[in-house]
Amino acid sequence: MQSTARAFNRNVGAALANPDLQDSLAKLKVGFSERRRQAVERLPEFESLRDAARDIKNHTLANLDFYLEEFERKVTALGGHVHWAPTAEDARRIITDLCRSVGARTIAKSKSMISEEIGINDHLEALGIAPIETDLGEYIIQLRHEPPSHIIAPAVHLTKDQVADTFLEHHRALGFTKRLTERNDLVAEARQVLRQKFLDADVGLTGANFLVAETGSSMLVTNEGNADLSNTLPRMHIVLASIEKVIPTLEDAAVLLRVLARSATGQESSVYTTLNTGPRRKDDLDGPSQYHVVILDNGRSSVLGTEMQEMLRCIRCGACMNHCPVYGAIGGHAYGWVYPGPIGAVLTPQLIGVEEASNLPNASTFCGRCESVCPVRIPLPGLMRHWREREFERHLTPKAVRQGLAVWGFLAQRPKLYRFVTGWANRALALFGRGEGRFHTLPLASGWTRFRDFPAPETGGTFHEQWARHGGARTRP
Amino acid sequence: MNATGNDARAQILNGIRRSLRRGELTGAAREAVEARLAAPMRGPSVARAQLPWPEKIALFCQWAETGNATVARVTSGEVPGEVSAYLMRNNLPARAAMAPSPLLDRYDWASQKMLALRRGGGEGSDQVSITGAFAGIAETGTLVMASGPDHPVALNLLPDTHLVVLREDDIVAGYEEVWARLRERYGKDAMPRTVNTITGPSRTGDIEQAMELGAHGPRRLHIIVVRG
Repeated sequence: MQSTARAFNRNVGAALANPDLQDSLAKLKVGFSERRRQAVERLPEFESLRDAARDIKNHTLANLDFYLEEFERKVTALGGHVHWAPTAEDARRIITDLCRSVGARTIAKSKSMISEEIGINDHLEALGIAPIETDLGEYIIQLRHEPPSHIIAPAVHLTKDQVADTFLEHHRALGFTKRLTERNDLVAEARQVLRQKFLDADVGLTGANFLVAETGSSMLVTNEGNADLSNTLPRMHIVLASIEKVIPTLEDAAVLLRVLARSATGQESSVYTTLNTGPRRKDDLDGPSQYHVVILDNGRSSVLGTEMQEMLRCIRCGACMNHCPVYGAIGGHAYGWVYPGPIGAVLTPQLIGVEEASNLPNASTFCGRCESVCPVRIPLPGLMRHWREREFERHLTPKAVRQGLAVWGFLAQRPKLYRFVTGWANRALALFGRGEGRFHTLPLASGWTRFRDFPAPETGGTFHEQWARHGGARTRP
Repeated sequence: MNATGNDARAQILNGIRRSLRRGELTGAAREAVEARLAAPMRGPSVARAQLPWPEKIALFCQWAETGNATVARVTSGEVPGEVSAYLMRNNLPARAAMAPSPLLDRYDWASQKMLALRRGGGEGSDQVSITGAFAGIAETGTLVMASGPDHPVALNLLPDTHLVVLREDDIVAGYEEVWARLRERYGKDAMPRTVNTITGPSRTGDIEQAMELGAHGPRRLHIIVVRG
């Protein structure tokens, strides 16, 4: 997928001015986070499960080579195949070759963020193989030629009316000529259209939430059942997963599943959790005759052993973006690449380069809500701060910010001068702002005052001055 | 950079080892992870499902209904009658695709004169399916299906209405008990092709985050819990 992360500032302007998007985001802000809170309240063990989930992921990352080899051994023993893809290009080539080996014309595809990361859809389409997204949200945005705006609710930026228009435009040729107004009718129409696509598809391409080393199983979590149809009806099932998806045992999966659904949608359990292990057995009545797992690295292995390793614990629940005030204001598209929100601000600079994505780690107030809800306790603000430091070191920070910081640094190292300057600035602001108590415009602060007033300080001096007047550190309250 | 086959494998595994500043795991370190894999550790236990037997069944039913499934508790003699009655209550055709399972064949289906059953795999035109279940999880009201000649996977997914016959004896506390049963049935190193766990009917929240049932899988999930 082509990144527009460089144009982040322009993307944000467009997002804030988009009324449909703002309507959709208003619903998101209350929906997911409230449902998560209720689910957590119903499970007293939730916090200890989060600790266990973090520890499982840390243990696996420290022994990742061992568990990947173990996984491969089990898959192979049961008649499946494992393919290793160091880069996105390798993964595209492997998938293309597999599709061609069965003369595939259409592919039933179940939502996978990694497939967005490697841009498999455009690649296959150019070769005359049609990938059909079957998750309802992904299907909607595929028809609209848009990228997903959320990792678990890809069409969360759209309203029902926008979906209705999209369906009318694309389903008219299939005989659906009525513009629908009810959500359940839209769901039913998509079900009907996609059902035939499932039955016709030659290959099912899915992601994986987890790869279980103990059994050689890929594990998929959905609510719709589209992943399950994708891995059951076509004659070939391809699983696309990145290296950090592997976990040791089924018991570990149980811990992670308990935090995943609750963190994502606030459900006690997602509707379908499926373990796929190898191709159909001799006496089975259905299932694919070929089972392939493509394991993608794409830069992840180089993160191991660094201070950024913790980002690899992510289980892609989306809780960080559901609770992020910045995501809640601008939505997912503004982030410009596959992964939005706090986890996107941490992953994207790693995967496509800090030069390309330096704006993203700066799009945070460091309020810490993301870290407080992360089911595997990733210190997201800390990791964003790390990227800001890298950005500063590489001189990617804008000139005005660098100069401002240089001036502040100069003053902060000279306490007397600092107090003198801030004291005068404080008195000047208090004097000129005493009428209304605020400023509509202010020199050097137009970035602030264009959207909101700047508060004028009350008379009485700076914090330092007031602190000293009240006795400073010598008196205790 | 391009790589094929074994090169690609070595590239990834060696890249991981380089980053972790060690070679392939050996000695005590390797034995420790092998031991962890051989004897899986359970995570924190969920207290709400650690119940004596009758309460565990009730907990399963309660959570299944919370997840928008419907539940009927019957004796084994009442199973075929409950199937017919459910279809009639919901104005559904008295016709169903049934999993070719010896456990289901034990019920007296002949007693239902109006009920037409086809034993076999799922087809796109099926409106109603009847299957058994490998287990039920009380903690969340979740059904566990193991694929095999007696349980084609498509029957769990293609029809609009899915009726599941679950024996009370097969209801367990949590996932951990299901894994133990799978290892017992299939062996430590084997699994059925597919294990589906199912909690309620198919749904989507993809349009304006409002939940709608029947996205791709069944719109209705009816669980017949059988005593004895």
